[in-house]
Amino acid sequence: MKQLGLIVNPMAGIGGKVGLKGSDGEEIRKLAFSLGAKQEAPDKVIRALKRMAEAGHDVHIITCPGKMGEDEAKAAGYDPEIIDGIATEITSADDTKKAAEILMERGVDLLMFAGGDGTARDVCSVIGTDIPAVGIPAGVKIHSGVYGASPIHAGEAADMYLFGGGSMQLREMEVMDIDEDEFRKDRVSARLYGYMKVPFERRLLQSAKAGSSMSERATIQSIASDVISNMQPDEYYFIGPGSTTRGIMEMLDLPATLLGVDVVKNRQLIKADANESDLLGLLRGEAEGKTHVIVTVIGGQGYIFGRGNQQFSAEVLQLAGYKNITVIATESKMIGLDGKPLLVDTGDEQVNQDLCGYRMVITAQGKRMVYKVSC
Amino acid sequence: MSEVKLRRYHAAKWDEPFIMEQTVPGTRGLLPPLSPDEVVNAVGSADALIPAGIKRKAAPKLPELDQYHVLQHWLRLSQETMGMDLASDIGEGTCTMKYSPKLHDQMANHTKLADVHPNQPVEDIQGVLEIIYNLEQYLKEVSGMYKISFQPGGGSHATYTNACTVREYHRAHGNLDKKDIVITTIFSHPCDGATPATAGFKVATLMPDESGYPDLNALKALVEEYGERIAGIMFTNPEDTGIYNPDVAEYVELVHSVGGLCFYDQANANGILGIARAFDAGFDACHFNLHKTFSAPHGCEGPASGAYCVRQELADFIPTPTVEKGEDGYYLDYNRPKSLGKVRSYIGNPECMLKAYAWIRTMGPDGLKMTAETSVLNNNYLDKLLQQIKGVTRPYKDGFRFEQVRYSMDELTQATGVGTDDIRSRLVDFGIQSYWMSHHPFIVPEPFTPEPCETYSKEDLDYWAAAMRQSIEEAWEDPQFTMGAPYAQPIGRMMDTSIVDDESKWACTWQAYKRKNNK
Ligand SMILES: Cc1ncc(COP(=O)(O)O)c(C=O)c1O
Repeated sequence: MKQLGLIVNPMAGIGGKVGLKGSDGEEIRKLAFSLGAKQEAPDKVIRALKRMAEAGHDVHIITCPGKMGEDEAKAAGYDPEIIDGIATEITSADDTKKAAEILMERGVDLLMFAGGDGTARDVCSVIGTDIPAVGIPAGVKIHSGVYGASPIHAGEAADMYLFGGGSMQLREMEVMDIDEDEFRKDRVSARLYGYMKVPFERRLLQSAKAGSSMSERATIQSIASDVISNMQPDEYYFIGPGSTTRGIMEMLDLPATLLGVDVVKNRQLIKADANESDLLGLLRGEAEGKTHVIVTVIGGQGYIFGRGNQQFSAEVLQLAGYKNITVIATESKMIGLDGKPLLVDTGDEQVNQDLCGYRMVITAQGKRMVYKVSC
Repeated sequence: MSEVKLRRYHAAKWDEPFIMEQTVPGTRGLLPPLSPDEVVNAVGSADALIPAGIKRKAAPKLPELDQYHVLQHWLRLSQETMGMDLASDIGEGTCTMKYSPKLHDQMANHTKLADVHPNQPVEDIQGVLEIIYNLEQYLKEVSGMYKISFQPGGGSHATYTNACTVREYHRAHGNLDKKDIVITTIFSHPCDGATPATAGFKVATLMPDESGYPDLNALKALVEEYGERIAGIMFTNPEDTGIYNPDVAEYVELVHSVGGLCFYDQANANGILGIARAFDAGFDACHFNLHKTFSAPHGCEGPASGAYCVRQELADFIPTPTVEKGEDGYYLDYNRPKSLGKVRSYIGNPECMLKAYAWIRTMGPDGLKMTAETSVLNNNYLDKLLQQIKGVTRPYKDGFRFEQVRYSMDELTQATGVGTDDIRSRLVDFGIQSYWMSHHPFIVPEPFTPEPCETYSKEDLDYWAAAMRQSIEEAWEDPQFTMGAPYAQPIGRMMDTSIVDDESKWACTWQAYKRKNNK
């Protein structure tokens, strides 16, 4: 029988309705409850599980005690197996991580979790891309692409992944989070924390509204071959983080740093995981006047600079030259932006301004999308 | 909307085996008599005429059946389809599915057209050439253009012909090494981007602004930054959304300002026929799908024809031959030294040209205009009905649309999980063709795109809207029911379609399929 792991962060979302922009941290939760917040995550989880139950497939749910999964699974009509060693009352990030660890060891076919960006981060820190996962959106902040468009969609995606006879692909989606303290002060500072493998069917994932006639993988390869065919001898290519840019490294048969910047010259890796000062060093030295910056777009948000690739600082970009920036992204990622512009936030107002306007984004071999950039 | 009673309907279902499985060894449909000995003695065996290199080693594995059972097999399968002229095609947006007069089929089947060989001397086919020549004169009037090639065997083929014409034009002007970008828009037909890519250009796609028009500022930015490199623009108007872009002259001017050529994809001209002309709007070229706008059947119901129309400046570059009128009658003109060559054999598909010719003659100039007026009116009437359905939204600017509309069902999907795919599977239970959703990529989420051509009566439109309303209301009430649809069709849900996403598995031929899947 197929096994589904389930982790619910019952606190997810309580900050939102009372205007707290997140629910991480003990203090905030107390404040939220005193403001009259109610737990909404359990309801959302029940909706997702009921969608699965309606489909009528036999699935064995393994989950945490109490509100962290047991109650919801039972409410949806399942008879779940409960894992040991997880607190039943107050739940914390540690509980989430521990549960993820246990469920991964149990070899579940899919891990379903409910929460927001914080929960996704916690789960990701344990499972990475080792096992497939799907999120039920229940948090205040959802910047990560790992969540279903709605709880019902998450339930449907899980069911189709487990029982659809291979009708779903897995694709790597970003796990993003912003610093809640900063966010409460109306400053956004988001980071890319990693990737998870998420079952993907065109219409079921958040912001994956674009249909595409080419598979994600083939599109990324097509982009990579466009970029590579335009590479010039003796020039330096700063390849930014992400799974789209990784396609270039794979095609060149080079190891890629998923969350970092790699430097390539003459199809060889010059420097792996370069930091800002490495890049500045190159730009002021051997790479002066012959550097290209290749970046992709953060799915759902549209950031090309300032989120997840802070190595590309204002200074790096100025030295490299704005004309030498190449943006690559699949068409479905671009369309998932829902018409919102691409964003830059380098920390330098002038540089941000200079980068605004329109840019040709490479979406496949020979294909460009003319897209607006704002700051 | 007047009270509409939805019809009871159920498709035929036959548990029909593959024809390969129905073989009865030794059975034949026809046994032609063997050639008499005198003939064989005089010319030798037919076998000897076939070059050894192309002779097959083994006989083909064809099914062995008599005529009756072959006919029965295909009739049964045909009963399981919706058939032509049987179910309403209102849902097939951007396809311009209008009625193709049966009289024109009779004409096209006439021996003087159907049995003509393209290598026949032109003296023998003066009538056919006259029809093609006259059709060209009519379409020149309709488009305002100077010269037309009928060689392309379809709409995308005509846009490809344009991409090649653009290439040859820039080559002739010594600019081809610089000019490598062709612009298109995301709501144009995908062939407007795909064919210039095939012809060797890089393709830059403009996205819509809030009103739904291709972002003019993006075009300005492109022209400013990459002006030298811009070879041309290829787009539709109205676009897939049915939104007509009133500022199109400005787009044309911008592209012209940097030496680019402007192509107007008028495959579907139902919104503007007899009212606006590509030439007058400043375009350098355009094309018509004779198998859509001009009534030759569209959609695998017959061969196609893309009439490619150009200004005088481009006439040197179009494919040869063209049909010309001389003192001694009509002839085929191959004398076009700068021509891009052939895009297809011979002169195109004359039966489509005949049907288009007959249609234009039947309609007359006022009739062409009335075609556009009626389809736009039909569309806006249907639009009113559809916009009243809960869960249906129409993105972008308010106001009228032209001959089609791209709608969204995202609201329904977000609330119930029922997607446009489910609704179209339900719609067929009312004896209506499954509608067409959208070209890829889906910019409008959960899309559908009806196009009620001039063919349809008010009753047809009411019926279509009522069936949509019923399907969507059911989905609000009982999503599971809709997700299980169709119930009145021989086949339920489409099988797992993920295979088309995996290029290592899918194949266009049986042989390739076996090879890719190690069978
Ligand atoms: C606007 C437009 N351009 C081009 C085409 C392509 O024509 P065809 O299907 O004959 O290749 C179509 C669709 O049929 C169309 O709607």
